[in-house]
Amino acid sequence: MLTSLLLSAGLALLGAGIGAGIVAIGAGLGIGRIGGQAMEGIARQPEAAGKIQTAMLIIAALIEVVSLFAVVVCLLIALNENITF
Amino acid sequence: MLRKILCLSTLMSVFLLTLSTTAFASSDAEGESENKTGFIMHHIKDSHEWHFATFGHTHVTLPLPVIIYSGDRGLEFYMSSDFQDHETHAFGVEHNGYYINEHDKLHAVDESRSFVDLSITKNVAMLILVLLVIFWAILSTAKNYKRNPHGAPKGIASIIEPLVLFVRDEVAKPNIGPKYRKFTPYLLTIFFFILVGNLMGLVPGAANLTGNIAVTMTLAVFTWFATNLNGNKDYWKHVVATPGVPLPLLIVIVPVEIIGLFTKPFALMVRLFVAITAGHIVILSFIGLIFVFESYAVGVASTVMVVFINLIELLVAAIQAYVFTLFSAMYIGQAVAEHDHH
Repeated sequence: MLTSLLLSAGLALLGAGIGAGIVAIGAGLGIGRIGGQAMEGIARQPEAAGKIQTAMLIIAALIEVVSLFAVVVCLLIALNENITF
Repeated sequence: MLRKILCLSTLMSVFLLTLSTTAFASSDAEGESENKTGFIMHHIKDSHEWHFATFGHTHVTLPLPVIIYSGDRGLEFYMSSDFQDHETHAFGVEHNGYYINEHDKLHAVDESRSFVDLSITKNVAMLILVLLVIFWAILSTAKNYKRNPHGAPKGIASIIEPLVLFVRDEVAKPNIGPKYRKFTPYLLTIFFFILVGNLMGLVPGAANLTGNIAVTMTLAVFTWFATNLNGNKDYWKHVVATPGVPLPLLIVIVPVEIIGLFTKPFALMVRLFVAITAGHIVILSFIGLIFVFESYAVGVASTVMVVFINLIELLVAAIQAYVFTLFSAMYIGQAVAEHDHH
């Protein structure tokens, strides 16, 4: 019984860790995509650079916040005091 | 005008009195063995005293008032130092039937007594500071205009004026349309409150005001009131009887629309809370790394990282203020939009 308890605690922390990693992949993909398209837009039309840059920063902040939702969930799992070793 | 203010204040007080619960934005159950996360959580959470620094065994703290209202005893005023042991400055000392437990939550010794905790906690004191800063900035700007109506603004007005014009011309006017003048004061208020709250929260030693979910919930509730009290017939028709939708689909869409009324301010609340709190957690984690490794090299590297991340957090502070205001303006715009009937 002790080993099954430890196993589920370990699995929970494993889930939290892997979840945080996947969140980082998601945020990286999303923001990287936005950055790439913004670069393309600026390259096509350098005089619109200011507007494109502003829009890019705002969208990047929104995507980053979604990834932070998921990080908070992972933190809640990892720092749960009911998980003891 | 006065009648409208009266109606609004009555509505808001009814909401507050009937639906209020103690929204204490800190978890009440946290393992004492987690010393590493305890350091981080201590700087994120609200507290009954304002702790600035600890030099060896001396704690530089500011005790804050503890105000309790209970049915049988009425209003009581204490200082948080009354609940602290005088030598160790640990909480848990019982005073007049109350004590503050290790998670900084006020409890009554007699479990059956109910009371309302109206204390000036760290976040409330920070809120008052933010208000003073905003009042000083805006009133100085007004004085500057009165003295110098046709010249270029000088002093603090030269930063306030472009921000105000930005909110009015880029956020309010495009999103709300012809009725923007009615809502611009509200949008300016939340913009400046969130901006100054975020920026002041980044100063070392300050309290995490906008990273407190109770504060962001209140802001989201204000936006909810602003949109739904000003919704016109077209807006409510879109919610309860979406035009152009056949009846079977309508039965599915109407609950979704009604839930959508609540998810939008919920998203506003969580977005601001998470962005600011996560930023503080990252900064605190890097500083905590220095104490975990206890090496000079890690100290130097961590400090460089912390400076870099602090600069990013300044940007995030401004962006989150803008995004909250922008989304509030969009929701208000959707509520007051005059559609040409198809």
